[in-house]
Amino acid sequence: MPAINVSKATREQDHEQSRASTVFDLAEMPLRELNQALHNLTPGSNETAWEVLNPKGSHSVAVGVDQPITIDVRGSVGYYCGGMNDGSAITVHGSAGPGVGENMMSGSITVKGDASQYAGATGRGGLLVIEGNASSRCGISMKGIDIVVHGNIGHMSAFMAQSGNLVVLGDAGDALGDSIYEARLFVRGKVESLGADCIAKEMRPEHLELLQGLLDRAGATGVKAAEFKRYGSARTLYNFNIDNADAY
Amino acid sequence: MCGIVGLFLKDKSLEPRLGSMLSEMLISLSDRGPDSAGIAIYGAPSGNEGKITIQSAKPEHDFRNLDAELARAIGTPVNIAVKSTHAVVRTTPDKIDEVREAIQVLRPDIRIMGAGDVVEIYKEVGLPEAVVDRFDVRSMTGTHGIGHTRMATESAVTTMGAHPFSTGADQCLVHNGSLSNHNNVRRELIREGMKFETENDTEVAAAYLSSQMAHGKNLGEALEGTLSDLDGFFTFVVGTKNGFGVVRDPIACKPAVMAETDQYVAFGSEYRALAKLPGIDNARVWEPEPATVYFWEH
Repeated sequence: MPAINVSKATREQDHEQSRASTVFDLAEMPLRELNQALHNLTPGSNETAWEVLNPKGSHSVAVGVDQPITIDVRGSVGYYCGGMNDGSAITVHGSAGPGVGENMMSGSITVKGDASQYAGATGRGGLLVIEGNASSRCGISMKGIDIVVHGNIGHMSAFMAQSGNLVVLGDAGDALGDSIYEARLFVRGKVESLGADCIAKEMRPEHLELLQGLLDRAGATGVKAAEFKRYGSARTLYNFNIDNADAY
Repeated sequence: MCGIVGLFLKDKSLEPRLGSMLSEMLISLSDRGPDSAGIAIYGAPSGNEGKITIQSAKPEHDFRNLDAELARAIGTPVNIAVKSTHAVVRTTPDKIDEVREAIQVLRPDIRIMGAGDVVEIYKEVGLPEAVVDRFDVRSMTGTHGIGHTRMATESAVTTMGAHPFSTGADQCLVHNGSLSNHNNVRRELIREGMKFETENDTEVAAAYLSSQMAHGKNLGEALEGTLSDLDGFFTFVVGTKNGFGVVRDPIACKPAVMAETDQYVAFGSEYRALAKLPGIDNARVWEPEPATVYFWEH
């Protein structure tokens, strides 16, 4: 076949693929093949839209993706969905098990339903949106990720949170922000209790601006930044104080 | 790890499928625990029958002529249905304790898995699929049931170390987690007169609940007590003759998800266990709250 025809055929094929999403049915194909196919993508790939069918609670769906593609997961997922995500935009059209978006680097993950324990744990960047509720330990040890939860979060959320923003439109459970470093916590509803060294803080204009930007990006329409309270570190645990020795 | 499941049917039309539904739920969690697996099925009450589920490492030897010998010993007809290493001994409800004692005399190597009016308990070393096949669990019918696949941490990988643990009539429990004060609680329960078959922490939790219910508490009240009296990590799923309960410790590290429809209440360590249940897409699915008791009764 003459070379010119091959390239024409390729162009037409590429054009076709850029319009339609690549559909991967986990009822037909093993999870490893999905993740391998996602990892095989290179910069400039035309397979920019992916759709995953029948996840049925599978673990590790779309972990480690490092290309700016969109992935729509049609159903509920198990542990670690979108873990280590670096640039892709993942939407879970269902609920997510423990550790959704764990250690995310950049990009976004949106969960249409609820999320289980430690959503966004250790995340370093990107935006994690939970449209339902998140359970315990949401944002534990977060290191730069932005997390917006439309519903409530469970106990021990933002434990040892280092940086980034956790926004909660509903209520927060016990011991919010225990041993927190420099992450910012914004809660609209009730906080059951604050953890060690976490205190309510003044909402300054720069916080209102930051928060309104996050609410807008997370699709929280009609919600005003002024409705939230800000919480953060009292910075009394940063250095060992001999007077606190009895507490250990 | 460990994987636990539970299914409590509200819709009688599902009862013929209880065994197959519970089996599939448990098999889907096989990679949470490859050491051993077990299932307790609550059959429909027959009115005038008590059952003891027994187990033997030498079933051909131990179960041979056991029905006739037991009948002679207690003076009442006894029926035995053998399933692999297990057998279900049936007699009139008032004779259950006598049968139990007679078994221990006639066949000291036989282990009692559980007893009651409706419960049957099957557990063995191996993967859930092998255990389910061995005892033909898929064909079993019933009103509710619980199951467990074990990754052992606190005691040996043996048949007796597998879950469910049953320490009272028609009561049994499966556990994901590990208890840290089980030795102390076991000593206290032994002083009360409870008997233990193993060194296992979960058996202590089961016996604790049996003891609480023997003191007149209902399932919900007994489960409430675990929150103050048991120390450690736990998600418990419990069955009684007509009830089904769930409780998680206040830290709630051990995963849990529940689903409820007009037809059933279901529990799984993970959503995978629930994903194939009928009507799951429209079910109310939620994560049980820490330190909160959930229970249902027929």
